Amino acid sequence: MTSLTARDKTTVKAFWNKISGHGPMIGQDALTRMLAVYPQTKTYFAHWKDQSPTSESAKKHGMTVMGGVADAVTKIDDLSGGLLGLSELHAFTLRVDPSNFKILAHNIMVVMAIMFPVDFTPEVHVAMDKFLAALARALAEKYR
Amino acid sequence: MVAWSEQERSIIANLFSNLDYEDVGAKALTRCLIVYPWTQRYFGGFGNLYNAEAIKMNPNIAAHGVKILHGLDRALKNMDNIKETYAELSVLHSEKLHVDPDNFKLLSDVLTIVIAAKLGTDFTPEVQATFQKFLAVVVSALGKQYQ
Repeated sequence: MTSLTARDKTTVKAFWNKISGHGPMIGQDALTRMLAVYPQTKTYFAHWKDQSPTSESAKKHGMTVMGGVADAVTKIDDLSGGLLGLSELHAFTLRVDPSNFKILAHNIMVVMAIMFPVDFTPEVHVAMDKFLAALARALAEKYR
Repeated sequence: MVAWSEQERSIIANLFSNLDYEDVGAKALTRCLIVYPWTQRYFGGFGNLYNAEAIKMNPNIAAHGVKILHGLDRALKNMDNIKETYAELSVLHSEKLHVDPDNFKLLSDVLTIVIAAKLGTDFTPEVQATFQKFLAVVVSALGKQYQ
């Protein structure tokens, strides 16, 4: 898979600037949708008292994850280096199967399309898809 | 055979009865070709696909997107028999069009996003789950006759 071009990075940063205030809400909705549409993802949250898609735990976790994405935007020029801590966390502690990064990315983009139907153009979509894929690769880098 | 609850049938019927095929079909195929440019390999004879602007303005792509979207009508009308309903189309996509079945999933994901943009908050997690289940069944049926 390709790395991010200068245009990809500019596009992602510009779009993020527009929407960053809604970050937590995007995260909450994306996590809710992920659990509702892909129930197998609930297997990672067996420790929650309430694993339903709209639980407080789910919403809170969505915000946490989106905080990570926001951070990644600021480190877009060096995702591997910038996300080292998170990468180790996912590799040695969380061990989330990488296929799930794609699932969550899809749901993040569904929410972006819902909340920003005009701004989430095909050009923004492709840049964001590439960015989230690059972010997923950085998170899975230390897996093996 | 796939089981559909009354609720799911209702969600699907409702979604399609309010669907603007001309708009959504064109947007979905256009977006697919832009977001996953390798899918352009199947559209060599469709004219200018040089960049995103050209793809968006290409009338052949728009028309074909609408045609593809109407392809879903068969599933809508035969929800209890989707696999058999698409057997012929599956053979077509395999033997004549030579489409890699992985591409069906790509178009399916893009279509979901286009519909999400169109319906806004009406595209609830429940509607999304039902729609994606519907698309997954169609995608599976389209890949069944490949050999």
